[in-house]
Amino acid sequence: MTATFLRKPPGTRPRRPAWEEPPSPLGQGAKAVLLGLLVLSVLFPLWVILVTSLSSRETIAEAGGLVVIPKGIDTSAYATIFAGGAVTRALWISTLVTVIGTILALTITVLAAYGLSRPGSLGYRWLLAYFLLPFLIYPPLVPKYLVVTGLGLKDTIWALILPPAISVFNLVVVRGFFQGIPSELVDSARIDGASDFRTLTQIVLPLARAVIAVVGLFYAVSYWNVWFDALLFIDRNDMYPIQRVLQSYLLAGQAPTNSGAATGVTMPPTEAIKMAVVVLTVTPIVAVYPFIQRHFVKGVLIGAIKG
Amino acid sequence: MSSTETTVRAGSDQIRPGGATPRRRRLPLRTRLRRDWQLLAMIAPGFVILLIFSYLPILGNVIAFQDYNPYVGSNPLEAFVKSNWIGFGQFQLLFADPAFWHAFRNTLAITAFQLVFFFPLPILLAIVLHSLLSSRLRGFIQTVVYLPHFFSWVLVVSFFVAMLGGAGLLAQTMREAGMEPWNVMTNPDTFILLVTVEAVWKDVGWGTIVFLAALSTIDQNLYEAAAADGAGRWRRLWHITLPGLRPVIVLLLILRLGDALSVGFEQFLLQRDAVGRQASEVLDTFVYHFSIATGNYGYGAAAGLFKAAVGLCLILAANKVAHMLGERGIYSRS
Repeated sequence: MTATFLRKPPGTRPRRPAWEEPPSPLGQGAKAVLLGLLVLSVLFPLWVILVTSLSSRETIAEAGGLVVIPKGIDTSAYATIFAGGAVTRALWISTLVTVIGTILALTITVLAAYGLSRPGSLGYRWLLAYFLLPFLIYPPLVPKYLVVTGLGLKDTIWALILPPAISVFNLVVVRGFFQGIPSELVDSARIDGASDFRTLTQIVLPLARAVIAVVGLFYAVSYWNVWFDALLFIDRNDMYPIQRVLQSYLLAGQAPTNSGAATGVTMPPTEAIKMAVVVLTVTPIVAVYPFIQRHFVKGVLIGAIKG
Repeated sequence: MSSTETTVRAGSDQIRPGGATPRRRRLPLRTRLRRDWQLLAMIAPGFVILLIFSYLPILGNVIAFQDYNPYVGSNPLEAFVKSNWIGFGQFQLLFADPAFWHAFRNTLAITAFQLVFFFPLPILLAIVLHSLLSSRLRGFIQTVVYLPHFFSWVLVVSFFVAMLGGAGLLAQTMREAGMEPWNVMTNPDTFILLVTVEAVWKDVGWGTIVFLAALSTIDQNLYEAAAADGAGRWRRLWHITLPGLRPVIVLLLILRLGDALSVGFEQFLLQRDAVGRQASEVLDTFVYHFSIATGNYGYGAAAGLFKAAVGLCLILAANKVAHMLGERGIYSRS
């Protein structure tokens, strides 16, 4: 939706229909305040955190904690972080998990979605029910923990990658999109002698770029954000992904009862370093998201609602 | 996969359909297998992942009926075989446990609170966004308000700590103004409000997507006809817009009810230390703390199974009600 709006040439603003009353100033004002506050509530914290992470010790002391108005740029917090240590290692591990996980999950999902998009194939109904049932019944925590540890995945990145390697929601989205592709196209490929693998890679996938991008973003974000699975399955400090490190930097120090989230950091991190860790955790999301955001409506809604 | 190979196979299907005469109209298994083996091969990896990480744990729920002891065997399976069966003993313990009922009440209170104070907000926001004429402005606002949905709970809570916590911006400003600073993040009395505000901040924008889609499918002629009949903007909102959104609202309500006992695990575990157990213990954190954190697996599994069973009943019941009200619900026939 947004995409088409953004591409509209200037000067073709949609007009209010003739029968609609002109807006009251009060109503417009209320709308402006509401939406303005909402946008600010997202952008303002991002701004404060970014500015604080780039401020010098003196500026932060002067401001009394967090800096709203920047005074010069000081990148020493980032220099400290990238000199090595818990955060650098965690960033590497999170990157590894995200890259491997996204590729794997996307492959598995696309294959399964195509395999399940052809009614009348062998075992179609049973297999579809098999894939959709986990949508209603979540894997219970305790047995899942026992299964993953029983497979010897504890303290490896595979404990973070494999269990969420197929999400039923994403499967439904991709499958819905595949089914929306005109069946004449797929049938004619078959008549021309293309195998199913060939039809998928050469006919279906090129048409599905938007939905693949969106689902890929979903997987990438969920792998980047993994925290609880790491709490369950990763005990070794040097295997922590970035969210666990962020938690120990920002949240564990909040209350006196520290729930065993020691990271081996001897010095308490300064305000600038804390905020720099937040910035580094946010950056990949903020960097990738705007490019894919314009496909959301096209990708997700067509896939999910039609399916 | 060369194409010639497949052509030959497709051709041979037509000439010699499997050999044996089919009993029904359906093609014999061997033919269908030969025709569909590629589809089956594509499904296989997802099948295996779900089998191991969804179905195996679901079956593993039976340890709720055991006095599961992880140390009697060298691996969980062996421990499972060797552990004692105790029937409903874990459930009896669970239902006699005041801490469990406390978590249960907290969960229901938070769900109810969020249903009233969170659920209508995306609808409202979608209607406001839809009414914006400038598409650029609308696109910009949508881009910004969707963003927090992609932040992890660790990040969201970190943001709130930075803004509202004891060393946060609010407390800092209040100290400078000579006031006694609040620490919103550690106050158990306002915790329910805090988690709702966090949830709203994270997901209100994202929640509008589906309503915006529904709004864009409402027939403009209805509005025009209503306006011609003298309906003002509020009457049009009430008689056209809201009925147009009704199926989506019902669908999302059902899904929300099905999740009534899952209020979002990470949010609560992350803030449990700061506000204390009294306010923040929900069923999910209860399961975690009484099983994995303490090693009492059977007990935690029983609590988890109870939660899942109630959730499933709720979703089926809600769907039934939706059918009776003449809505489609999440599944209609298939």
